[in-house]
Amino acid sequence: MDNKPQIVGRSIPRVDGVAKVTGAAKFAIDLSVPGMVFGAVVRSERAHAEIIDIDTRSAEQSPGVVRIITGRDLDNVVPYFGHIVLDHPILAIERTLYYGEPIALVIARSQQAATHAASQVEVEYRELPYVTDALEALKDDAPILHPQRGEVVRDLGFDAGEEGGSGNICSLASLDWGNVDSGFAAADLVIEGEFRYPMLYGYAMEPYNALAVSGEDGLTVYTTTQHPYMVRKDLARILSLPFAKVRVVVPYVGGGYGTKSYSKIEPLAAVAAQLTGLPVKVVLGVEESIHTTRSDSAIVRARSGYTAQGLLVARAFEIVLNSGAYTDNSPQVGQKAVNTCFGPYRTPALSVRMRSVFTNTVPASSLRGFGTPQGTFAGELQMDEAAERLGIDPVELRKRNLVGPGEEVIPGKRALEANLPEDLELLSKSVDWPDPGEGRASGLGLSASDSGAYPSSTALVRIHADGSASALVGATEMGQGSRTVLAQIAAQELALPMELVTIVSSDTGIGPFEQTTGASRTTTVVGRSLQAACQDARRQLRALAAEVHEVAVESVQDAPGGVLVDGTWRSFAEVIQGWFGAGGEVIGTGAIRRSGDFAETPVFWEIGAAGVIVSVDRDTGEVSVEKLATIGDVGFAINPAMVHGQDAGAALMGLGAALHEELVYEGEMLTNPNLVDYRVPRFEDLPREMDQMLVERQDGVGPYGSKGAGEGGGNAIGAAIASAIARLLGVRPRELPLTSERVWRLLQDGRIPREADDDLS
Amino acid sequence: MSARKISFVLNRRPQETEIDDSVLLLDFLRDRGLTGAKPSCEMEVCGSCTILIDGLPFSACTTLAVEVEGRTVETIEGVARNGELHPIQEAFVERFAMQCGFCTPGMVLTAKALLESNPDPSRDDILHWMEGNICRCTGYESIVEAILSAAAKAGTGDG
Repeated sequence: MDNKPQIVGRSIPRVDGVAKVTGAAKFAIDLSVPGMVFGAVVRSERAHAEIIDIDTRSAEQSPGVVRIITGRDLDNVVPYFGHIVLDHPILAIERTLYYGEPIALVIARSQQAATHAASQVEVEYRELPYVTDALEALKDDAPILHPQRGEVVRDLGFDAGEEGGSGNICSLASLDWGNVDSGFAAADLVIEGEFRYPMLYGYAMEPYNALAVSGEDGLTVYTTTQHPYMVRKDLARILSLPFAKVRVVVPYVGGGYGTKSYSKIEPLAAVAAQLTGLPVKVVLGVEESIHTTRSDSAIVRARSGYTAQGLLVARAFEIVLNSGAYTDNSPQVGQKAVNTCFGPYRTPALSVRMRSVFTNTVPASSLRGFGTPQGTFAGELQMDEAAERLGIDPVELRKRNLVGPGEEVIPGKRALEANLPEDLELLSKSVDWPDPGEGRASGLGLSASDSGAYPSSTALVRIHADGSASALVGATEMGQGSRTVLAQIAAQELALPMELVTIVSSDTGIGPFEQTTGASRTTTVVGRSLQAACQDARRQLRALAAEVHEVAVESVQDAPGGVLVDGTWRSFAEVIQGWFGAGGEVIGTGAIRRSGDFAETPVFWEIGAAGVIVSVDRDTGEVSVEKLATIGDVGFAINPAMVHGQDAGAALMGLGAALHEELVYEGEMLTNPNLVDYRVPRFEDLPREMDQMLVERQDGVGPYGSKGAGEGGGNAIGAAIASAIARLLGVRPRELPLTSERVWRLLQDGRIPREADDDLS
Repeated sequence: MSARKISFVLNRRPQETEIDDSVLLLDFLRDRGLTGAKPSCEMEVCGSCTILIDGLPFSACTTLAVEVEGRTVETIEGVARNGELHPIQEAFVERFAMQCGFCTPGMVLTAKALLESNPDPSRDDILHWMEGNICRCTGYESIVEAILSAAAKAGTGDG
């Protein structure tokens, strides 16, 4: 990087750090506008029912009520949203498909008035048979959720299986190569098993909320979404508005992790603002947020065949996802589970079938790693089981099968950039493989997931007349640190100090288009479009300087914060002011599309490499994680401390899913839709030792050889913990979470002898 | 519902106000623009609405505004003084002890109360004291490090 100041590659403090520690940082939930009114959602109390009548008379008389909206008020709008299939009604229309589904919105002058009146809305139902279990929903006599399917819109621009199908099939996906039948026939060892991954709630701490304002310039919605441009598309379709008349503004987002991908409560707030002509704010409580989106739970039937030397010959997976009442992002979650379940191993013959299934439960969508943790759990535990059955060390068995750098994971896709054998070596050392000491066991898991989503991104950089710069991007800051990392990239490219660079993000009325903020893509994809914008600004500045100083453009070179004209340094400010005479600015643009470095997908393979050391209290079944190690195989860490933070956060979130978290249905409703009964990791769950290792081989297509982080750290934790418990107890868990009760039962059923009590000695 | 007059100290300033009996302290503060305390779990589990009453952490989501009669309330907006960060806030920035930042005001206040009652906490003391504050982003380790670092600096007179 020549004589430029080195800004990338350093743990520069977060640009939003001070705002966040002082409470100055504003989130959508903190916003208000004069005259705004408040919405309270009336929710279904049946899992599956026809809505016979909604009696709003008494609620309408309640003090402060402005208006009540039901499915019957949606005649003049497109009443469905969805980025893959338009099947999600803004409010239930004639039929409700899950307990907790929005049925009406009460709009009132205060939140208290709205909530109070909402309790007075009477809904009359005609109950229909319901189904909450995915396998039950696949049976011939199961109630059908969607006899008529929504219009397919596929706004993804990406492989996402085939939506539709018959019965309750939401989507299908498959992946095949080689001949699995002859593979299994020739195998020395074939193992089979069924694995279950739980239904999770991401619990982004800022609940879903949106503030919609309808005015002369169209609609403005302030919301806590990751994907403002996806939300814009839904809102434009719903209200028949051009994109130019829909402005989606995203301030700081209080946690995303995939749970704030795509539209959630924005369509309802927008329609309410349109119908009332008033600014409407809708804030959901945590129980309502749980009833908005959860992750796809999975049942994975897996079969793997090996030679006596431990080489894979064939693998077959059958995946069933419980995808809830509407399509949302489940086709893509399912596709990703298909693409990752067999792991980054050379597999001569493969057959994967995925069915995503509608059930009368909360709609499922993305959650950190979407699909990868579900499939990896099955695939990695079979690698362990095979190792034990063949008498080969599990690390050694993996090494014999791992895809090497430059080899294909999936035929026709981008070759693997990473060096997994080296990563595995580091990981196994960190968890004292194979023997971490008396009463403990190590476990580890690997995954490579197809990340980066669709490479479509734009960026602008404005070099102001005083030489400072604003970079405009569509990437959402949701804690991952995009504003800081992108500011570092812009500062590096323009060779300006960080203090002179500002990032303006996630405002569809001002900033440029971004496909999504998800799939760990921002540093890689947005980073590159911003780099291109900076280079464009640089090119323009050289041309302006040449014109001002009447020299050939070839005699102007880039320099820190300015240019060299025949060897003399001229600041950006001097060039801009010289050319314009007064004021002025230079605007550079950058764009990334599926071309050049980004022609091949995935954009990058995100590595999940996790290892743990665990101990178990044999009396209670309680699992203690003594050490949790991950590898951030990120190519180049633009801000190492923030990569560390992403990996640590993903790892602990994965640990929650492995040990505690699970949404449980009993009958037609959830038994634990709150933060007491749905237990997320707390301070005292922190493993005694955390080891987030960083591997930088500059092998990514992102700026300076970077590639994404943020999901990998969590993708293989469930597999690693279950693997360690299996080694420690001699019983193979096949289901998460490994709660104390579940481990205790495993110990009883597995007839593990209890250790002698201390007091007998 | 009935209103009553209360007086208390809010971020070092005496206040007198008429307030309805049923108003939650969290709504009372946020309606006055003090949005640092955040609503999240609504049941005293997550700590994102933490404020200090007479120096100790409370959940504003389950405290009535009238309960602060005669007491001293500190919100995150009152922690930095004259634009200068409190050592705990500095440590959170230095140690990257926040990501999305939604839990951060509550974390900072709970940690501040810890160091005021125990200036030299062990790692286990921190884990135990902070148990009522949830963070979904960081994985907690960086927050523990920030608190240890703030305590160490105060101990050596650097704070």
